[in-house]
Amino acid sequence: MADTMKLHYTVDADDFTVAGEASGAVKKVLKQLGFSSDIIRKVAVAMYECEINMVIHADGGVIDVEITPEKIRMIHSDKGPGIKDIEKAMQEGFSTADEKVRELGFGAGMGLPNMKRYTDEMNITTKIGEGTVVDMTVYVK
Amino acid sequence: MTVKEIADRLKLKAVCAEENTERTVTGCYIGDLLSLVMSKAQSGDAWITIQGNINVPAVASLTDCAMVIIAENMQLDSAALSRAKQEGIPVYTSEKSAFDLACGIKECL
Ligand SMILES: Nc1ncnc2c1ncn2[C@@H]1O[C@H](COP(=O)(O)OP(=O)(O)OP(=O)(O)O)[C@@H](O)[C@H]1O
Ligand SMILES: [Mg+2]
Repeated sequence: MADTMKLHYTVDADDFTVAGEASGAVKKVLKQLGFSSDIIRKVAVAMYECEINMVIHADGGVIDVEITPEKIRMIHSDKGPGIKDIEKAMQEGFSTADEKVRELGFGAGMGLPNMKRYTDEMNITTKIGEGTVVDMTVYVK
Repeated sequence: MTVKEIADRLKLKAVCAEENTERTVTGCYIGDLLSLVMSKAQSGDAWITIQGNINVPAVASLTDCAMVIIAENMQLDSAALSRAKQEGIPVYTSEKSAFDLACGIKECL
């Protein structure tokens, strides 16, 4: 078994000044480990979208990243309101973002579709009033 | 053309231009909705936007854009500026519209 590198990040609620910090940090680590720019882009974009969702739709949360030479797995867990209808949320253009975050450029309803497109595996577990876990894996081919 | 050459040619105002200005620009994307930019912008693009918040340098870095141009005299806020410096993303502003900027860039590619 190859070594697994484990990273852990905390994402604060409503803090746009640090949003993207976790994905930025992981991007640097992957670069140092010598992953291809294609893999790095996939992981960083998926993580950034998910991280931002935790800030704007939930109350922040935690991210666990596992890196092996074969795959990169990112598990985003929040204790936010949960997602009512996952199928609907996955549709391009669906968004419940409010005016305040739309002014910042969010709310295209493209975040979850981007995560799906940039990762090889994506699983969402959610419970209304309890929270959401988005578990994504990118394989290194 | 390089970032610096385009900046000179289009008379852009430098906001953050300490690093990576010798990189060649290979394309252009216009957009203000960040996750759309995230799915469409290509590595080496000049990204034209009217957004100026902290997420702009973050998205530019994730998509590996060569430069950001903020159109219509919109400004980069201070948190965004320090992030742009940290990420080494060249950022410029211009009073021109996104259309005029894109037309200018087309002639530079
Ligand atoms: N962690 C989450 N907790 C609760 N709801 C969520 C969460 N993530 C996504 N959602 C819901 O799913 C919808 C779609 O998410 P998606 O990321 O695709 O779009 P968006 O965040 O609204 O806009 P964009 O990502 O394009 O800026 C959101 O508007 C929100 O209602
Ligand atoms: Mg989103």
